[in-house]
Amino acid sequence: MIYLQLFLSYLKIGFFGFGGGYAMLSLIQNEIVEQRGWLTATQFADIVAVSQITPGPIAINSATYIGYTVAGFGGSVIATFAVCLPSLTLMLLLTRFFLRHRENRYIQTVVKAVTPIVVGMIASAALLLMFPRSGVNDNFTDVWSWLLFGAVLYGSYRKVNPILMIILSAVAGVAIYAIIPMA
Amino acid sequence: MLLQLFTTFFKIGLFSFGGGFAMIPLIQREVIEKHKWIDDKDFVDMLVLAQSTPGPIAVNTAVFVGYKTRGVVGAIATTLGTVLPSFIVILLLALFFAEVRDNRYVDAAFRAMRPAVVALIVAPLMGLVKGMKWYLAALAAVVAMAVWYLGVSPMYLIGAGVVIGVVLAVVNGRKGAKR
Repeated sequence: MIYLQLFLSYLKIGFFGFGGGYAMLSLIQNEIVEQRGWLTATQFADIVAVSQITPGPIAINSATYIGYTVAGFGGSVIATFAVCLPSLTLMLLLTRFFLRHRENRYIQTVVKAVTPIVVGMIASAALLLMFPRSGVNDNFTDVWSWLLFGAVLYGSYRKVNPILMIILSAVAGVAIYAIIPMA
Repeated sequence: MLLQLFTTFFKIGLFSFGGGFAMIPLIQREVIEKHKWIDDKDFVDMLVLAQSTPGPIAVNTAVFVGYKTRGVVGAIATTLGTVLPSFIVILLLALFFAEVRDNRYVDAAFRAMRPAVVALIVAPLMGLVKGMKWYLAALAAVVAMAVWYLGVSPMYLIGAGVVIGVVLAVVNGRKGAKR
């Protein structure tokens, strides 16, 4: 029974979670904390923190973690599967339709109109991470943050592997924030 | 090929801290430049579709690339690849969460990785803007300000873009018919 509830809750979250990532957070909170009462608000905040320091989409991270907390390994598999299912089916249908009709003049005009909007949205995602509208800025805490930002931006321009740059940043972070202050 | 799709997206999933848009530079590198599964034009189309479909953007883009390369089976392979790293990492963390959360080294590493991830999101923007006409680039800037400064939901903006596109298409269609 708990498996079915987990499945339905995450199916709902997956189905109505437009805009991905942070846009899905309020949806998850409403369903899991307020409707189901599976977690307290503090536990939920912990999960958000975990999601930020682990790879992958926040929706999937929370599904795995909450599924595990509520119903063990089986629960984590079911919740993760359920949150992906709407994406997988809807996106498959949409991609199929799009690839078949992309040469259609109407579709092309629509794509042209939407392209600058998507570019603007990516820029806004970066701006929000640099200068949050509210709350504390966790992403740019000091001058080191901006130096790292500049270095990685230059590295991208010179086509350095992004995965390598993330690993190097982590190493630099341990040196700057953990080892140097101790010395 | 199927295995390559899986492992490539496993890699992308494993290193996409911050989710969603943070995957963009990794996808550009692995999927467009290295394996050439999709081209620049597909890439922008893919972002449009991924934004207009519910669910994590990471999964939506994985489905697009998987389907375009190998059909439904390809889409399942890329989705599994994207999801598995976070699934495994979170399961492990659920076991050791309390210890890791307050670890000063882990905290320090992530403090430095966050601005790095932002730079990775900014980098492809320059390439995308370069190929655009000036008024479209200006429109992109207005959209960025609306979402960032005014907090307008991206969903409405995409919806507005689709409506404008349809109107333009119909108007152009009429013109074409008159000629």
